[in-house]
Amino acid sequence: MPYSEKVVQTFKNLHNYGKLKKYNGLGKVGNPVCGDVLWFYIKVEKNKKGEEIIKDISFETFGCIAALASSSIITDIAKGKSIKEALKLTNVDVIKELGGLPPIKIHCSVLAIDALRKAVDDYFSKEKKDEN
Amino acid sequence: MRIYLDNAATTQIDALVLKEMLRFFDRDYGNASSPHKMGETSMEAIEKARIILAKSINAKNDEIVFTSGGTESNNFAIKGIAFANRDKGNHIITTKIEHKSVLNTCKWLEKQGFEISYLDVDEKGLVNKEDLEKAITDKTILVSIIHGHNEIGTIQDLKVIGDVCKRHNVYFHTDACQSYTKTEIDSRDADLISLNAHKIHGPKGVGALFIKKGTEIDVFMHGGGHERGMRSGTDNVPGIVGFGKAVEIANIGEMRELKSRLIKGLKKIDKIKINSQGLPHIVSATFLGIEGEAMVGVLNLEDIYVATGSACSSNTLELDQTLLSIGLTPQEANSTVRFSLSRFSTRKEIDRVLEILPKIVEKLRKISPF
Repeated sequence: MPYSEKVVQTFKNLHNYGKLKKYNGLGKVGNPVCGDVLWFYIKVEKNKKGEEIIKDISFETFGCIAALASSSIITDIAKGKSIKEALKLTNVDVIKELGGLPPIKIHCSVLAIDALRKAVDDYFSKEKKDEN
Repeated sequence: MRIYLDNAATTQIDALVLKEMLRFFDRDYGNASSPHKMGETSMEAIEKARIILAKSINAKNDEIVFTSGGTESNNFAIKGIAFANRDKGNHIITTKIEHKSVLNTCKWLEKQGFEISYLDVDEKGLVNKEDLEKAITDKTILVSIIHGHNEIGTIQDLKVIGDVCKRHNVYFHTDACQSYTKTEIDSRDADLISLNAHKIHGPKGVGALFIKKGTEIDVFMHGGGHERGMRSGTDNVPGIVGFGKAVEIANIGEMRELKSRLIKGLKKIDKIKINSQGLPHIVSATFLGIEGEAMVGVLNLEDIYVATGSACSSNTLELDQTLLSIGLTPQEANSTVRFSLSRFSTRKEIDRVLEILPKIVEKLRKISPF
């Protein structure tokens, strides 16, 4: 599988893996056909302006090199961003940051974005519950 | 240290094989069909190799046809029998665990009006004799079943399968590319046997098909009538010479001992499943919770070269049918890694792999949600 140098480097030094001790958003996605499963944990806190910031983020991924590299890179990108900004991220950002992905691995970048969005959804649904 | 444990994919050429081949590139490079001394030298070298191959499977010399490799041999055997025996029937029986060169040939034949039955196997990868018996109809012309399996190392009993085919007067082809020289093959058990060189420390680009005398088969490669009209194309003299030498000096070395050593070490790792069977060089292991390609990738960074047989490893995203056929779940199939040995593998290499694996497993399991 011809991976870009950046993919290989990212895979070599994965960041932000393992379950977060404290989190208020969990996103689980999976693709049973390929077998990739991604779980993203986020810890969201409000700053002084009342913006919701992703203070911490981590992943647990059962997947190939592309899935692991996508998970690592997107958690790096999203960390410290406001939820508003994070929701603007797309798989194109993941692919760009990784210096490209082989065509049959594009879905791995999509999964990473989906996992992030699901974690945010989960956070929102919990927030609502708390407000009620 | 570079550790190559992907010998089921291909092997290093043996130095003696290479040495034997070299003069046929630059000194004795005559076309074996040419009617002069240089042609004769090449022809003699080819015939010498043919005798070695024939003897190795208890066949007659003129039952061996040289080809470009295992894929061609499988295509030749299956298509050749199919089209030559169309008047007798259009039904072919194979299994769900064949090599792609058999499966995709069969799929193509389905488009040409042939009907194919794909037999299931048991949890060891073995074909059931009764299942085969039941699948044979009066339209059946060919049974094609892999001998030694490339992923899980299952060895089918050629005699048992061959006897069923004989009794029903159906041709029997077996793909023996992975088992050749690693376990005994007797040509009396089959009508067609695919063989190749690069899995046994010979060169790439050369194989052979054993075709039992009297077999009705269509020629696959048309041209100048080489190989007694059975397979045209200028003879690959260095390749054939190398193939002969590789067979002559083939031995399984310490493969069995190293395989046991590797399996014993692997079993010490938590949540692991060993899938491999009889072939002396193949160890298939499922590391639960770890995706196979990730494992192969990390080992690659350590200069240890192994293979996956599963979905995300190859060029397609299809799930591995063999592993599913022997009862693995899709997730287990995706967590499977194949280590394959050669006679050049060493105890030191196995020990190094066993030393490094637990750390890799621990890290990858930490990353995984399972």
